[in-house]
Amino acid sequence: MNLEIAAMQVFNGISLFTVLLLMSIGLAIVFGLMGVINMAHGELMALGAYVTYLTAAAFSKFAPGWMDAYLFVAIAAAFAVTSAFGWLLERGFVRHFYNRPLDTLLATWGLSLILQQFYRSVFGPQEVSVPLPQWLSGAWEPIAGIQLPLNRIFIIGLTAVVAIGVYMLLTRTRWGLRVRAVTQNRAMSAAVGVDTNRVDALTFALGAGLAGIAGCVFTMIGSTNPGTGQLYIVDAFIVVVFGGVQSLIGTALSGLAIAQSQTTLEYLMSGSMARVTILLLVIAVLYFRPNGLFARKTRS
Amino acid sequence: MNHFSRRHIVKSGGALIALGASGAMLSRAYAQETVKLGLLHSLSGTIAIAEASLVDAEKMAVEEINAAGGVLGRKIELVVEDGASDNAVFAEKARKLLERDQVAAIVGCYTSASRKAVLPALSRAKGLLFYPTYYEGLEQDKHVIYTSQEATQSVVAAIEWLAREKGKSFFLVGSDYIYPRTCNKIAKPTIERVGGKVLGEEYAPLGHTEFSSIINKIKAAKPDCIYSTVVGGSNVAFYKQLRAAGLDGAKQTLLSTVVSENEIEGIGKDNAVGYYACMGYFQSLKNPANERFVKAFRAKYGAARVIGDPMEVAYNSVHVWARAATAAKSFDPAKVLSAAANVELDAPEGKVRVHANNQHVWKKVRVGRAQADGQFEIVWESPNPVEPNPFPKL
Repeated sequence: MNLEIAAMQVFNGISLFTVLLLMSIGLAIVFGLMGVINMAHGELMALGAYVTYLTAAAFSKFAPGWMDAYLFVAIAAAFAVTSAFGWLLERGFVRHFYNRPLDTLLATWGLSLILQQFYRSVFGPQEVSVPLPQWLSGAWEPIAGIQLPLNRIFIIGLTAVVAIGVYMLLTRTRWGLRVRAVTQNRAMSAAVGVDTNRVDALTFALGAGLAGIAGCVFTMIGSTNPGTGQLYIVDAFIVVVFGGVQSLIGTALSGLAIAQSQTTLEYLMSGSMARVTILLLVIAVLYFRPNGLFARKTRS
Repeated sequence: MNHFSRRHIVKSGGALIALGASGAMLSRAYAQETVKLGLLHSLSGTIAIAEASLVDAEKMAVEEINAAGGVLGRKIELVVEDGASDNAVFAEKARKLLERDQVAAIVGCYTSASRKAVLPALSRAKGLLFYPTYYEGLEQDKHVIYTSQEATQSVVAAIEWLAREKGKSFFLVGSDYIYPRTCNKIAKPTIERVGGKVLGEEYAPLGHTEFSSIINKIKAAKPDCIYSTVVGGSNVAFYKQLRAAGLDGAKQTLLSTVVSENEIEGIGKDNAVGYYACMGYFQSLKNPANERFVKAFRAKYGAARVIGDPMEVAYNSVHVWARAATAAKSFDPAKVLSAAANVELDAPEGKVRVHANNQHVWKKVRVGRAQADGQFEIVWESPNPVEPNPFPKL
């Protein structure tokens, strides 16, 4: 392995890290903070992807001159639509299953099947093609022999913005304070006057909206079809569980660990073997640290 | 009210009875005029991406045959079932088609796994399946006619063409399941025979969307040609990431034996430009039969629809069945099967002929290069139909 390839491998690791972080951050909020196992999280990503597709189609029809800027509108639209849908979902569906984890699992899994078939009926079973803005195609070549794809650099930047934004939201705002309070002690928060229903709905909506952003961005590197969400959901759960539920920092560090080891292993062995090795490592770690790698120490 | 005599009533009653009887006779006569044909594909679930459009082409073939008077004087009556991307459902629906609906034949299945799943039902009911998808070979069931190219028909020709035109070092990339592994097993000795070299062989898990490490391995190896058997949604990710990494169709030769016009719709025309595909059929083929076919398909389903290789083969399959039944003068599956040997069809892709004894099909092989409009420019065509060889000696 020469130096250029090594440099690109490190970049790939960082890129995969941001991809994993983006797909699991919404789940970390919904599953980690609220304790809701949402099997339909992947389909929320697919919803974001389809919103992106529709936005691109609308731009190419009504404002072809602004095509280069459509992605920003699509990110906003994907967030708005999926978080609104998430809010409805929480109010109309998920809240009836709180404290019944197994029922939640089955109900949201059923929901994911319904959503998949819904996409299939509306958009057709075929893949839809989402165009990449011209300024994001191609690669940046800092020195000869090293090509860093522009769309991946964009994803890294966007993930940084989203992650910092979520972190600030949870730690520096009144609303974040309420979320953390409800997470730590629901009954006590309610007793001091926090509207826990409202907090639940907004938290779920935020998690869903982040899934929408992830789905929007992944149209640049992956495919968009009714089953797209299924490709990401397992990875997202692995990252969240491995990192330790209830810890956003843990999610980030676990994403980093998995991404770096996966890209390195994939280079050294075949793709399937790399995946097997990663899963074995995750199992081994969870055996010794059942609460995840970076779980907060608690007295219990 | 006396003129409503008893006789009158008896008479009109008799007329009514006569009318009813003739109606029953009519409907029975009508029933005799149809023959049932089963279509069994995934219309829902993950494989529907690739498979659902085959039904459209098959329906069109049936309409054509019915408009021309049917088969052996009988109109075809379709029974369409959804395999739902679930092999158990395929098996169950195949049984239903054969035993309850008593179809004369089934055209269906896409993945090899779904085909294998319906074999027991076929054997039990002594039915007949027309299988319209390119596949890895290594099968010759006595209840199946394989109307698409098996692996040797495309892989050998593709490798020879690449070595002749583009260079002799190869990198093999595929999804990790039987079709790519078999194709590469055929590709490797072929590469050796033409004096080439395999620089790398990589498999990504099915559904994989992260190809950056594989792309780096390709960059490090600097092959003349990439031979790809990546399938499904992974293909979209693979093509997009190759292009983003600077290995677009203008700089890197890549040939796939699975990417048809249909897949390009999802991959995005920009991302596929300049890459090659090896198929039996391309929509851009210039001949009267294909022009008629494309025109009829677009008239029926809209001008935006594209036609990929499996769709054309699906369309052919219905016609091959009709020809074979006509030759057999019977709808009995065993008779149709034996009459199918050497049946010829002037298909949109040119002449195809069922092999005399291995139930596969002689057909031409072509290499096309993807254009900006999502269609392929045909850059090479085998001079003669290629003999199917489902059990190659390697």
